[in-house]
This record gives sequence, C-alpha cells and structure tokens, in this order.
Amino acid sequence: MSITDIQVTDEAVHGDDHHEEHHEQSFIFKYIFSTDHKTIAKQFLITGIFWAILGGGLSVIFRLQLGFPDMNMGFLQPFLGDWISNSGKLDPEFYLAMITMHGTIMVFFVLTAGLSGTFSNYLIPLQLGARDMASGFMNLLSYWFFFLSSVIMFISMFLSTGPASGGWTIYPPLSALPQAMSGSGMGMTLWLVSMVFFIASTLLGGINYITTVINLRTEGMTFRRMPLTIWAFFITAVLGLLSFPVLVACVLLLVFDRSFGTSFYLSEIFIGGEALPNLGGSPILFQHLFWFLGHPEVYIVILPALGITSEVISTNSRKPIFGYTAMIGSILAIAFLSFIVWAHHMFITGMNPFLGSIFMFLTLIIAIPSAVKAFNYITTLWKGNLVFTPAMLFSIGLVSFFISGGLTGLFLGNAAIDINLHDTYFVVAHFHLVMGSAAFFGLLAGVYHWFPKMFGRMMDEKLGYIHFWLTFVGVYLVFFPLHYIGIAGFPRRYYSFTNFDAFSSFVDLNSFVTVAAIITFGAQFIFLFNFFYNIFKGKKAPLNPWNSNTLEWTTPRVPEHGNWPGEIPKVYRWPYDYSKPGAEDDFIPQTVPYHKTKESNTDFENEESKKE
Amino acid sequence: MENTAVIFANRNFKLKSVNAKKFALWLFIVSICMLFAGLTSAYIVKKSDGRWLQFDMPDMFLYSTLVLVLSSIAMHWTYLKAKDNSLKAVKIGITATAAIAVVFFYMQYLSWVKLVAQDVFLVGNPSGSFVYIFSGLHLAHLIGGLVFLLVVFLDTINYKVHSKSMLAIEMCTTYWHFLGGLWIYLYLFLVMNN
Ligand code: HEM
Ligand SMILES: [Cu+2]
Repeated sequence: MSITDIQVTDEAVHGDDHHEEHHEQSFIFKYIFSTDHKTIAKQFLITGIFWAILGGGLSVIFRLQLGFPDMNMGFLQPFLGDWISNSGKLDPEFYLAMITMHGTIMVFFVLTAGLSGTFSNYLIPLQLGARDMASGFMNLLSYWFFFLSSVIMFISMFLSTGPASGGWTIYPPLSALPQAMSGSGMGMTLWLVSMVFFIASTLLGGINYITTVINLRTEGMTFRRMPLTIWAFFITAVLGLLSFPVLVACVLLLVFDRSFGTSFYLSEIFIGGEALPNLGGSPILFQHLFWFLGHPEVYIVILPALGITSEVISTNSRKPIFGYTAMIGSILAIAFLSFIVWAHHMFITGMNPFLGSIFMFLTLIIAIPSAVKAFNYITTLWKGNLVFTPAMLFSIGLVSFFISGGLTGLFLGNAAIDINLHDTYFVVAHFHLVMGSAAFFGLLAGVYHWFPKMFGRMMDEKLGYIHFWLTFVGVYLVFFPLHYIGIAGFPRRYYSFTNFDAFSSFVDLNSFVTVAAIITFGAQFIFLFNFFYNIFKGKKAPLNPWNSNTLEWTTPRVPEHGNWPGEIPKVYRWPYDYSKPGAEDDFIPQTVPYHKTKESNTDFENEESKKE
Repeated sequence: MENTAVIFANRNFKLKSVNAKKFALWLFIVSICMLFAGLTSAYIVKKSDGRWLQFDMPDMFLYSTLVLVLSSIAMHWTYLKAKDNSLKAVKIGITATAAIAVVFFYMQYLSWVKLVAQDVFLVGNPSGSFVYIFSGLHLAHLIGGLVFLLVVFLDTINYKVHSKSMLAIEMCTTYWHFLGGLWIYLYLFLVMNN
C-alpha cells in the first residue's frame, strides 16, 4: 500500500534518520535510487529523451513507407530483421505496430512522463521554496515504476509476434482477441502490463505534486503568488488523479475479456466463419471509458507546456504576464470542461444525434478558455522588450502551433463535419499541431530555459537558434499538408494508398512530407549534441541568467540536496514584477520585500509593506 | 552534508497546517473513488445498451454488508481506545477488526457460490461479470486495508500508537471506514440497478 510509505512527518525523529543516510550517500543513492527531486527530474528527462528518439525514429520509418511506397527498405533489415521482406518491403502488420508504438510512446512516455515528470519534479519544490517533494520515497517509486513500465514496453517491441498494433487507443475487439492480429497476442499483454505500471507511476507522482503544492509552500507563497508553471503542474496532477483511475477501470475490463473470457466489450463476433461464445458486450463501452481518460490526457500533455510558456514568455518579454487571474481561470475551466467532452471522439459511433449536439456544444466551449490563453500570450508579447533566447523562440512556436492546431479543432468539434473528417489525416494534422508539436516545443523551451539551473552550465545559443528554425519550419511543412490529404479523404492508419486511383495525385505531396519529416527529425540531433555536450563542457552558468523573478534562481549554481544552503527564502510578491514603473531594474525577484521598493510600490503595496 | 537540521526545522514550521500524509491518503481515496465511479458508470452505460441479464442479488451480500459494518464499528472502537491509551484494548480491537474482515471475505466467497448456483457466472453476460468485478476489486482493496492494520498492530506492539501519536491509526481508520462505505455504495448500486 502506497499510503503507508509516505515519508514526510513532522516528528523530529525522522530528521535523524535522514541525517545518517546523508553522510554515507554512495553513488547508487545519489544518482540512481535518489530521493532528491532534482535527480529524479533529470532521470525522467533522460528517459523521456531516449523514448523521444525511439518514437521519432519509428515515425521516420513509417513515413518512408507512406512517402515512397515503392522504396526498397532492405537497408533497414539489420534493425528490423524479418519485418522487412526479402524483396525489401515493410511488413504491413509491423506498420501498424509502429504507428501504435509511436503513439503510445509519444503520448504517454514522452509528453506525459517526460514532460510532467521532469518539470513538475524539478520546479515544484524549487519555485515554491521547499526542500524537496512531500515524499521523496514516493517520488523515487514513481520514477522506478515508470522505468519498469518503459522496460516492459521496450521488450514488447522485440517479440517475434510484434508489439501491440491496434493503435494507441487500443480499441477492442481488435485488441481483445489474440486471433485478430499478431500484435494482439503477447504484444498487447505486455502493453497492458506496462501501462499498469505507468499509471501507478503517474498516480504516485501526482499525489506527491498535489501534496507538495498544498503543504510545502514557503512563507508568503500564497496561491495568488504562485508562478503559472506551478498552477499548470498542479492542475495537471489533479486531472491525472481523476482520469487515470478510469483508464485502470477500462483496461481492467479489457484484461478480463482477454484473459478470462468475459464479454464486456465483445459480442457476436465471427472469426474465420466461426462464432465466438461472447455475447452481450459492447466495444462502444470501451470507447466511453477510454476517452474519459483520453481527452483529459491531451490536456495533461498540453497544460504543463502552457505553464512553462507563461513563465518563459513573461520573463523574456520583460513584462508581467497579461491576465494572471484569467490564466488561472482558463486553466481551471479547461480542466473542468475536459471531463465532459470525451464523446467528441465518438461522433460516428452511432450515438444519438441529440447527445452528439450536447457534446458538440460542450466541446466548442473549450475553445473559449483556450483562446483566452492564446490571447494572453500575444498580449504579453505585445510591445515587450523581447529577448529572443532559444527558450523564448520555442515558446512563441508553441503559441503558433496551439493556435493553428486549435482552429482545426473547431472544425472537428462540429459533428456534421467530423463525420467526414473522422479517422482521416485531418485529425492527424490537428492533434500533431495542437498537442504533439505544441507540447514538444513546451518541453524544449523548458529544457533551454532551465538547463542552467539543472546542470549549472549554459547551452549554446547559436545551435539553439538553428535547432529552432529547422524544427519550427519543419513541423509546419510536415503537418500542414496533412490537412489537405485528410480533406481529400485519406484514412489514417493505412499501410498504403497505391491501390486507390483517387489518391494518386497526392503521391508527390506525401513524398514531400516524408522528406520534411526526415529533416525535422535530423535537426533534433543538433539539440542532442547541444544538450549532452554542454552538460559537461558548457560555459558555467551565472546564478540568474535570464534575470528572472522566481525562487529557483536564488539557489546556488548547482543546488545540493535541500536546495538552499541556509534558510528557505521568504516570498513577498507575485513572480511577474518585470519592468515595473519606477523600479531600478527591470525585474524584482519574489524575495524582495515591498518596503525595499518604495519607489515602485502601488498604494496597496505600500499598505502591505507595513505588515512585513 | 550541510544543514540537515535546518532542512527539517523548516519543514516542521510548514507542516503544522495540514498533515501531508493524511492529505496524500485522501488523494489516494479520491483516485479509488474515480476507479469505481468509472466502473459503475460503465455498468449503467452497458445496461442501457440492452441484452442485459436480470437476476436477484443473493441475500448473502446483504449479510456480508452487515458484517463489514460491524468491522467498521470495531475499528472505531479501537481508535477511541488508542486515544485513551489502552494499548491492550487496541490490540484486541485490531485483531477483532481483521477477524471480522476475514469473515467478510468468506461471505463474499459464499455469495459468489450462490451466484454460480443461480447460473450467473463471471464469464457470461456482463451484468453478472460486473458483480464479480465489483466485489472482487473491493476485496483487493480490502487486502490493502488488512496490510495497513498489520502495520498499525506492529506499531502498537512497539508502543508507537498512543494518544500523542495517533497518525497511523487515524489514517488506518479513515481508510477502513472508506472501504466500508465503498462496499455499501457498491451493494446499494447493484441492488437498485438489478
Ligand atoms: C479548440 C479546442 C479543440 C477542439 C474543439 C478539439 C476537437 C477535437 C475533436 C472533435 C477530435 C476528434 C476528431 C476525430 O477523431 O474525428 C479531436 C481529436 C484530437 N484532439 Fe482535439 N480539439 C481541441 C483541442 C485539442 C488540444 C488542445 C489537444 C491537445 C493538447 C487536442 C488533442 C487531440 C488529439 C490527441 C486527438 C486525436 C486522438 C486520436 O484519435 O488519436 N485537441 N479534437
Ligand atoms: Cu478530445
């Protein structure tokens, strides 16, 4: 039981325990089984990077298949073995396996664990003024469950029958019947086992994040003074806590259908002319349960990225974030609404059209808080003293993707249009822009921005710029054409289109997309070099390289366990006092009391300063 | 390394408001609630879909429910005794709570036997499968509760449970009552919907 394991306690006894452990901290406990939130964050980051390379690599291979269907892929045989036939053709079932793994890896392992795991862990204690997470031990478990889950998923890719192949949404009956396709055998079983550990990891992490935010804020750090990063991580954790258990329910019933012969999702199925005994179930039930998680999940992915963006854009515009309260309000509204729109993924399941219009209405409402966020980013940038650090560029890129991908959401949200567009490349274009690329850019912005704190060194800016422009242009070149291909009716998850005459005019466009994808993927190696090289060789970072207000920049260059060598700093103001009229510098850190800034105080703040 | 004392001095100061452990327990309970909310919604969705087998819930489920209530009462009695520092009573109380829980386990098993006698199987129409899943999953959580009881029992033996150190037993009581409430919800849900 996880509950009994929580380490925090207000008893003095505990401090002593910890003391001993501290002195003889060996390599293993310092870098591997560490309970320090900063180390765990880096572990999540490195594991996430590993998965991102793998997930991206897979996409390049299946893009080759789509862009150049006649290509001889014999050169991939050393990696893929029998999945490439002797005539150099990619195995069609393995194509499905690859898109399934790509989706699973990107959505869960990179953009959930890699993003929340890294930045929630790293920033929550540092920006709140806490020594560590509420429970270091739960945090350690959270990482190692994720690691275990990763290992299992990785192993599943080497099965002779292939990994799970029914799409990242694992719809039954395809996923429920081992006879249905080879990936639904052992591959699917391992997928399910891996996800169970993944969910355990997410819940442990989430409980920890929420507890830390509620309990361990430093003196003066009221909710109204929390950076928007923390607000975003906090609400993300709440979303996860409420939605992942429903995925457990969903997966549990699937496990019973697969392994014990129940019929929750199965009914009247014939395989090879023979009827299966299952009666009375419904695959639509699965979709309801899945999307009840699935939709909040997309916000679990994007909210942390939006939080990071708020912080980076405000710092580098040298302006307070526009509409701080509206930002919090829209995070809360998005979080709430995300639980009541799931059926927009199911418009064509034969649902009652009246129900469909209710979900359509609710779905379109989400556009409002999303638009508020986009608007506030733009108004923050407006007339700011923009400093174009790589992190800033990636944040602006995020805003661009969030808008261009969000617009197509409005089309898809209309049931009448979605009936046409569902399961085409239009949907692929939509979510790769609004979720995939936007969240990925948030992740990169976060790495560029907090690298100096994480590793005490600077990344190279020039390489950062090259990386940004190649990736930014590349993403649009890859995903924009997919809208047209989708409107033309290309279904997603098809191995090849060469048999349909109607699509022959799109062959060139498909090749173009593939080339753009390869270049974009290649550009990521610039980042990898920049990242790993500068961990060891980078220029030593100054204490506050971006002249930022938040607490993490008051720690030593490389913070030790406990984060601040002396007392924890107190907080006196919100984190967005940039370019305050009358102030000496263009930033006033949260640790500066009002009575020291008489020249820039408002009347209200002068009142406050008397209480300090 | 440096200043561990400061680290924990500072923690103390902040933890006075809400206890982080207790808070985390509540979050854990929230996640279990969502799990069962998901399952029971699935039940309703499936039922409205038709092809639904109607059957009577065995009376045994009613009796087992009463037994579980009894164990919650025992748990609460134990908790009050811990407040009074009567450690011997606490040990008896924990043992009684656990023993009643074991009886509950057995009665759930008997209910399953009754279901089978009614031709309602785990494998078959989902309306029956759901009953097994609900009760089985609840039992799985109850095993967790038993482990928690054991931990508190060992703490009591080591004199770590008394009126000035109530955290563990308080949390255990919370969790136990929650499991009781959860089962009552599930039972009523099944009776009213079947
Ligand atoms: C203006 C707001 C948005 C609206 C109205 C909207 C609407 C929709 C609709 C109706 C679909 C289903 C399309 C179909 O399968 O036929 C969809 C798919 C999807 N959306 Fe959005 N969306 C919005 C924003 C977002 C955001 C912010 C994210 C992620 C951060 C996101 C991620 C996704 C994903 C991942 C899918 C595809 C899932 C799959 O089938 O694999 N959407 N969206
Ligand atoms: Cu959705």
